[in-house]
Amino acid sequence: MISGLTLGERQTAVCLSLALLVLGVIFAGAGQGDPLGVHGFIIAAYAVVVMGAVITGYYAPAPGADRLTQYYDDPTKFGIIVAMLWAIFGMFVGDWVAWLLAYPDMTFDAAWASFGRLRPVHTTGVIFGFGGNALIATSYHVVQRTSRARLPDQLSPWVVLIGYNLFCLLAVSGYLIGITQSKEYAEPEWYADILLVIVWVTYFLLYIRTLARRQEPHIYVANWYYMAFILVVAVLHIVNNLAVPVSLTEAKSYSLFAGVQDAMTQWWYGHNAVAFFLTAGFLGMMYYYLPKRAGRPIYSYRMSIVGFWGITFFYMWAGSHHLHYTALPLWVQNLGMTFSVMLLVPSWIAAGNALMTLNGAWTRVRDDATLRFMAMAAVFYGLSTFEGSFMAIRPVNSLSHYTDWTIGHVHAGTLGWVSMIVFGTFYSLVPWMWKVERMYSRKLVEWHFWLAMAGTLIYVFAMWNSGIIQGLMWRTYNDGGTLAYSFVDSLVAMHPYYIARAVGGFLFFLGPVIGLYNILMTIRLSRETAGTGIAEMPVVALKAGE
Amino acid sequence: MFTRTHYKLERHTIGFAVAIIVVSAIGGLFEIAPLFTIDETVETAPDMRLYTPLELAGRNIYIREGCYACHSQMIRTLRDEVERYGPYSLAVESKYDHPMLWGSKRTGPDLARIGGKYSDAWQVAHLYNPRDVVPQSVMPAYRWLARNKLRTEDLGRHLIAQRRVGVPYTDDMIAHAEQDAKAQVDPDSDNAEGVSERYGEATHVRAFDGNPRDVTEMDALVAYLQILGRLTDAAYQNKDKGE
Ligand code: HEC
Ligand code: HEM
Ligand code: HEM
Repeated sequence: MISGLTLGERQTAVCLSLALLVLGVIFAGAGQGDPLGVHGFIIAAYAVVVMGAVITGYYAPAPGADRLTQYYDDPTKFGIIVAMLWAIFGMFVGDWVAWLLAYPDMTFDAAWASFGRLRPVHTTGVIFGFGGNALIATSYHVVQRTSRARLPDQLSPWVVLIGYNLFCLLAVSGYLIGITQSKEYAEPEWYADILLVIVWVTYFLLYIRTLARRQEPHIYVANWYYMAFILVVAVLHIVNNLAVPVSLTEAKSYSLFAGVQDAMTQWWYGHNAVAFFLTAGFLGMMYYYLPKRAGRPIYSYRMSIVGFWGITFFYMWAGSHHLHYTALPLWVQNLGMTFSVMLLVPSWIAAGNALMTLNGAWTRVRDDATLRFMAMAAVFYGLSTFEGSFMAIRPVNSLSHYTDWTIGHVHAGTLGWVSMIVFGTFYSLVPWMWKVERMYSRKLVEWHFWLAMAGTLIYVFAMWNSGIIQGLMWRTYNDGGTLAYSFVDSLVAMHPYYIARAVGGFLFFLGPVIGLYNILMTIRLSRETAGTGIAEMPVVALKAGE
Repeated sequence: MFTRTHYKLERHTIGFAVAIIVVSAIGGLFEIAPLFTIDETVETAPDMRLYTPLELAGRNIYIREGCYACHSQMIRTLRDEVERYGPYSLAVESKYDHPMLWGSKRTGPDLARIGGKYSDAWQVAHLYNPRDVVPQSVMPAYRWLARNKLRTEDLGRHLIAQRRVGVPYTDDMIAHAEQDAKAQVDPDSDNAEGVSERYGEATHVRAFDGNPRDVTEMDALVAYLQILGRLTDAAYQNKDKGE
């Protein structure tokens, strides 16, 4: 990976990691006695590892001038592996917390191992670690291919990836030692947030500089989605994380907003993190890899446009459906409900566009587990958006809110849609990147697919059951007009479903383990054949405006 | 027509980026900005008290341990919730909550009105090991809270930061933050009087974990739990029972 960098770039890389090291040491010193100090050490150690990697490769021969005539794929390769590692880590923790809800004594009297600290480790690990790295890695690939242009420079893609993973590491390690803002999906504290802003600005500049170099007159639809993902996440992140630190040597900060305004800001953020992180980015992925794998052009240009702008506009109004029947003014709740229902239209247009693209390629869907991953992803995307719009209706939400039904909806979206589209994409992308004909083992891909299907279905059905039972028990009255069940009664009723979910989750977790093995073996295969397989599939099917 | 316009827009990177920003900004602006300006959004409650430094520290432990992942602090305007948990939550009750802890999942019961529901001893025993008190519970045991001494020397800085974001702590409160935290668990000390003077007569001044000499994290967290729903009477005056 270092061998792709010129000597000057290697020097800059060493300087940057040195700067990071200094920053870490300053934090470690100034933050003594505060958890911030621990993070200082982690930053410093991370900088040393990065610097070590650069120095180890420092004397490798410099790349030839012809590098500039080729696409730059090293960062994508790195991102794929890292995303898979985060998937394994994040899903392992997810399954662990699932077991904790069935057997709560597995905390061993250690603060870091308790449910409240591990749960955000799971969500951050899978959403930002797994999802985020997958998005960054694929966006580099997609923007270069659809623009027929190389990334404008070689260092900034690495700055983005290395910086982003440092952010994830700070986030996850922070929860374990008690650093959190408590805002869901925005838990990291102020300094990690600042780091992410720097990373994100670099990422955005890199992206539009590549687009500016494009040889194609039009920007392909996948890039619209990636751009929306980058831009809107930046705005959401900055606004929701506005806070005043206790001091510059302490990790703790206090949110600028309070009470009802804070709640609305948080769920404007939270829902649109779903929209622009877990949806828009992955739609970008789908719009490139699904037609490519199927060997067919996107079904409808018009549907692409309507879907895209509908999603971009409607989603931002929908956040208040997380606050039905709360102290949030009713007019905002009603707006949120209305727009959430309307949101179904562009969502289904996007899903439909993908499924129609597969028309005529159904035999391939049957035979090719990779394409099947992507087809199932589109189906689950349709399902979870339908479910979401339904749950956003106030009377429905009065039952589903606070219960496991929400958890079921979340995982229909994240297992069925997000994870499946990523796995399908990776199984297509890995052979292209490492220049081999196909994955090491098709059988393992097939196994992965069925584990993922079984895991998702068990998970989602268990949570639908438990969620609805829970919701009903909380509101059931006796003939005498008093509440029929105590809270603990409902808790006891959940136990079998929590076990079922944990089993389903374990099956799902096995998938990325097998997947990483398959990917690593494919890479080994490519070393043996020295990359003589087919290099790249043709781009023809993908022109905008078809 | 519309596809043709779009066909042109697709050729301009910056134009496209600006269009995304504009289209996506509308919803948030329309829904969030008015919440800061419309007066009816938050009711007035003249009797609203502030968290004492000890309670604030307890709140920070509640955040640190992720209690919010299993407990909501938002009773909805639904009849069954009002009957189970008490009067539904009003916006004013969390007006000094930076950040709010309304929560999104009830693995455990709502805690918006837990203050005063149980004795300090029950809370301590429950946090020490929930299954000693409620055998079916799936809540983690928080034994370390009883072992850990509370960090008090930085509480003044916490109050300053709170003031910066809009909570009306006075200079007097800030100057005495550490002293007040220690005095709140030691009712017989000379400084105990000062806590009630600064934060109101209704403030609980007692040894929450049973030991007045050391301020533990358990003291802080229990002090916080016992104040939940008790900072103002506004919600109890509201007779509406919900839908
Ligand atoms: C794994 C989820 C979980 C976490 C995390 C959790 N709790 Fe609980 N909590 C429960 C459950 C379930 C119950 C109901 C059974 C019981 O009383 O133990 C409960 C009950 C309670 C009760 C009694 C409520 C009542 O009305 O009877 C209090 C108080 C409480 N928890 C406080 C806390 C605090 C403080 C924390 C953080 C330090 C916390 N909980 C963390 C699940 C959790
Ligand atoms: C092995 C697979 C997985 C298992 C076993 C698992 C398990 C869990 C568990 C037990 C919870 C806590 C539920 C609760 O508090 O009651 C949870 C929450 C969550 N998980 Fe997963 N998970 C898995 C995969 C994923 C993936 C891949 C993603 C995202 C890409 C994801 C995103 C989330 C989110 C966003 C939440 C929070 C939901 C909420 O607050 O409403 N999970 N998961
Ligand atoms: C039309 C599209 C969608 C709508 C209208 C929608 C609506 C909703 C609603 C009403 C809730 C419950 C809020 C509550 O009661 O607390 C919810 C929660 C959630 N949804 Fe969706 N949803 C949609 C699509 C998706 C997709 C595709 C995903 C994932 C990839 C997703 C992920 C989540 C998550 C993570 C939560 C939990 C938030 C939390 O409480 O922590 N949603 N959604």
